[in-house]
Amino acid sequence: MSTSVEPVTQSNTAPWSHEPLLKVEDLKAYFFMDEGTVKAVDGVSFDVFPGKVVGIVGESGCGKSVTMKAILQILDPSARIVSGKVTLRSRLNSQDPNSLEELVDLTRLHPNSRKIRKIRGSEIALIPQEPMAAFSPVHTVGNQIMETILLHQDVSKQQARQIAIDVFRSVGISMPEQRIDAYSWELSGGLRQRAIIAMALSCNPRLLIADEPTTAIDVTTQAQILKLLRRLQEERQTSIIFITHDLGVIAQMADEVVVMYLGMVMEKGPVQAIFKNARHPYTQALLRSIPSVQSTPRLKLPTIAGSIAHPFNRPAGCPFHPRCTHFMRGVCDASQPGLIRVAEDHFVSCFLYSPESTQPAIPSTEKSL
Amino acid sequence: MSDGIQPLEKQTHRISHAPLLEVRGLKKYFPIYKGVMRKLVNSVRAVDDVSFFVREGETLGLVGESGCGKTTVSRCILRAFAPTSGEILFREADDRVTDLSPLSRPELRRFRPQMQMIFQDPFGSLNPRMTIFEIISEPLFVNGLRSRAERTDRVADLLKLVGLRPEYMQRYPHAFSGGQRQRIGIARALALHPRLVVADEPVSALDVSVQAQVLNLMLDLQEKLHLTYLFVAHDLSVVKHISDRVCVMYVGKVVEMASTKELFQAPRHPYTAALMMAVPVPDPDQRHIIQDLPGEVASPANPPSGCYFHPRCQFAKDVCRTQTPELREISPDHFVSCHRAEELQLAGIKENKEQQH
Amino acid sequence: MDRVEPNRIQPEGSQIPRNAEDESPVLPVPPLEPTRSGEELLSITQEEERISIASNWTLVWWRFRKNKLSMASTVILLFLALVVLFPEFFATFDPEQTDARLAFIPIQSIHWLDEGRLRPWVPGVAGKRDPVTLKMLWVTDESQKIYLRFFAPGFSYKLLGLIETDRHLVGAVDPEQAELVYLLGTDRLGRDQWSRLTFATRISMTIGMISVILSVVLGLVLGGISGYFGGWADMIIQRLIELLQSLPTIPIWLALTAALPRTWSPEKVFFAITIILALRGWTTLAREVRGRFLSLREEDFVLAAELSGASQARIILKHMIPTFTSHIIATSTLAIPVMIVTETSLSFLGLGMRPPAISWGVMLQEAQNIQTLALAPWLLIPGLIVILAVLVFNLVGDGLRDAADPYSN
Repeated sequence: MSTSVEPVTQSNTAPWSHEPLLKVEDLKAYFFMDEGTVKAVDGVSFDVFPGKVVGIVGESGCGKSVTMKAILQILDPSARIVSGKVTLRSRLNSQDPNSLEELVDLTRLHPNSRKIRKIRGSEIALIPQEPMAAFSPVHTVGNQIMETILLHQDVSKQQARQIAIDVFRSVGISMPEQRIDAYSWELSGGLRQRAIIAMALSCNPRLLIADEPTTAIDVTTQAQILKLLRRLQEERQTSIIFITHDLGVIAQMADEVVVMYLGMVMEKGPVQAIFKNARHPYTQALLRSIPSVQSTPRLKLPTIAGSIAHPFNRPAGCPFHPRCTHFMRGVCDASQPGLIRVAEDHFVSCFLYSPESTQPAIPSTEKSL
Repeated sequence: MSDGIQPLEKQTHRISHAPLLEVRGLKKYFPIYKGVMRKLVNSVRAVDDVSFFVREGETLGLVGESGCGKTTVSRCILRAFAPTSGEILFREADDRVTDLSPLSRPELRRFRPQMQMIFQDPFGSLNPRMTIFEIISEPLFVNGLRSRAERTDRVADLLKLVGLRPEYMQRYPHAFSGGQRQRIGIARALALHPRLVVADEPVSALDVSVQAQVLNLMLDLQEKLHLTYLFVAHDLSVVKHISDRVCVMYVGKVVEMASTKELFQAPRHPYTAALMMAVPVPDPDQRHIIQDLPGEVASPANPPSGCYFHPRCQFAKDVCRTQTPELREISPDHFVSCHRAEELQLAGIKENKEQQH
Repeated sequence: MDRVEPNRIQPEGSQIPRNAEDESPVLPVPPLEPTRSGEELLSITQEEERISIASNWTLVWWRFRKNKLSMASTVILLFLALVVLFPEFFATFDPEQTDARLAFIPIQSIHWLDEGRLRPWVPGVAGKRDPVTLKMLWVTDESQKIYLRFFAPGFSYKLLGLIETDRHLVGAVDPEQAELVYLLGTDRLGRDQWSRLTFATRISMTIGMISVILSVVLGLVLGGISGYFGGWADMIIQRLIELLQSLPTIPIWLALTAALPRTWSPEKVFFAITIILALRGWTTLAREVRGRFLSLREEDFVLAAELSGASQARIILKHMIPTFTSHIIATSTLAIPVMIVTETSLSFLGLGMRPPAISWGVMLQEAQNIQTLALAPWLLIPGLIVILAVLVFNLVGDGLRDAADPYSN
């Protein structure tokens, strides 16, 4: 029974060691409201392999946060998973790296069930967006971390406190013995963010879901946190699902990228492929339209026409077609393209790449040599 | 009161040498009171001796992290509140220069049409109970244009200018997306033909794909209407994109000010260099570039001694701990406030010449 | 599968098929004229058009409409409003008319059918004095049918003080029998309860509404000064509010109303009561208004109005207050029943409105002892009406508050 934080090794005895740690298959989650049904997530599939960072990138309304909530079964009461599977390689004993595993379909678990509560925190942990809102203002941060530890690990209170101090140290918080008795509002923004990460890591989860963890902090603090996450990820071989709208952060952190738009996956693949060889018109346009510190000043940016449709009014067929410069009438507004493989591990959801397509492929964004 | 409404003319982007706005020694301290008797115990030095100037027709980017005071500076300039001390010199069309800092509300009225603001939050900057027409025509009405017909025409022109249909003026803000609301905010700011437009993080709250639209629009409008922008932002990429010159702030002070090209290629202040190095570049081949800065952003209520940046600076020497550096011109039009600026060789950003079109 | 062709950057006006309605620029060269990329490329439905030009009040109404309970309560409220406006029309008797011999006549139940046809009638009543207790015992005489009709003639009055008429909602067909219809019985002085009830409704409801209006005015002004200007004014007003709220209300009310001279006319007493009730009621609203002003002061749209050069008065009246008028109306509607119950209670104790003024509380005074109640339980009906009024106001107020506050759910 381990009491200290140690790096996680892949279990070789598991029969599914080459299976993804988390497999999301055709997940659909809808909001049922008086005014209508919002198909917030409408057929999303991706895999998260052990030790890999998957970046989910998209703008508002794309469904990236709802996907995360659906995986953890923490959706709003008005939302429901309508169909799809989320398969997790769950350890029977979450704290034992050599434990046997079983495949669990998270969508089948009731949001309040014991099983999902066992998984939350110890196998899948969440780093939420707003660290201030994530901590209770009337408990010390140590108190809250110890609560998580005591829930999932069979240790005494003193041992839990020591584990909390150790994990504080590992995320780079100086003077952890004192800091552990601080309240969240006594800590600065960067320290709070580290404390939240510490709480997420306290029970050695194999999968971290980071929901826009650096949106609310300064860029220099962001650089620190990103570096920290990278280091922790390499040390512990934790998988991370990194949700953000910032393409720069994705480029720095992700191994694989999933581009979402209005509840569907537009493109997914290795990070190099997405940034250097994007195929989907949306991805290409997005990459071209963001200003970068390396671009020439005062040059007008190419823009994507129009604006994101309201989730109530999702267009028929491909959700991006009203804004797409390669729109094909009768094709793109008629049905949804499925995910089409364009290279090993690189998938696009666009009719331009379907085998029957007669349109010439759009130019890749490969730099001319 | 004359409405001074003139027809719009297309002009090329030219920057005159005369500064439209000059800020000298600006300070804004917010008092902190404690106890039942509300004793003054400390002050938050939001803006602590800031000086810069903006030439007519150019865009000055004001960039910094949280607590650096850039928002407070922008509101001080527009006299949303009175500064603690310092001068805010504004040049009018007839070349008359006035210090805005000591003026009272009635005295400020005549300057209002000449300087306007674009706000960060597209949802909080438009009154939800007013139609678009009422929102945009408010500045016109308040400044003497009472005829409804004339105001309708003008509002229609402004909406067209920012890329929205004039019929939209009957609608309420709740019918529009974030990017559209920002355009409405821009139309409102332009209603009185201002010469100076202070943009307070105008694209931070927008989706990535919409940011480019609004930035392009602002560049367009600057050319058409010969506007001068003070562009406040925390995002270096956005600032680089739109500014002619950049002013970097840290904990209430200006640390560096130079032309965009020079600042990014050859920064002279360690904080500027660190800031640029910390921005994640959307290129997976350049991962090693990110470097982080130790420590946290200093608090304006309790800044360090000497140079505010010294606890985090890898080049800090004894003098940095004891003496606060002054902002001085280290080369033509390049200002730095660092004791060691001449000796340091700092790395900048190489421009990516191959635009991915 | 890769059919990558060498750099196909398109100049403007390329052959890539485009949606005819789409006026947006073709990648990668953006245009320099006023950009049209703010356009909605999707055709907007009629529904969306309706919503987009809907003012806040329209939206509030739409949301309110969905609440069936509130809508039903509004209908009842409207009916009560009619009674407030035209009590004489609804009454059958002059409410002051007394005749001790007609005391404690019970409710005459309305029979709707007469020999199989719809022809409402009430039975006559005949009185006999009980030889032992010397009380009048009323016995309904079914043989004596007094037919009813709408818009029957009765005592004459002036509608709204202007138009002379003698029609009433309900009355006897035969004018001679007009005096024999006691829809809710009589009290110990032989006064028709139904007629008194209609007049009582007028007094009780208007006291409630006027005192709430006074509270709102006081609360808005003082809360506004407190919140917008801050500083000393804020300090003083807040301490005043705290002082007033710490005073025990019931004893204060009792003391103040008891202090009203007995010689005052009913009208004077009426106004005095409304002021007394309002003096305590404005504090809660003032606090809320202050809070709103404090938070509104920080809003960007208020700063934008200031930067345009708008005067402070204009900012307060045109920019700030409209954002919470619906809230004020909702809270006021919820405050009215409190006032009504307060006035009823005070009058019931003999401290509020006094006879000859009629209010629900005054009517309930007649029902104060058990003996009277045992003899004439219909004297408690005003209490039921109070319950109905309070319920209805609360439901409407709740519905308004839910409709006006979009964050409640």
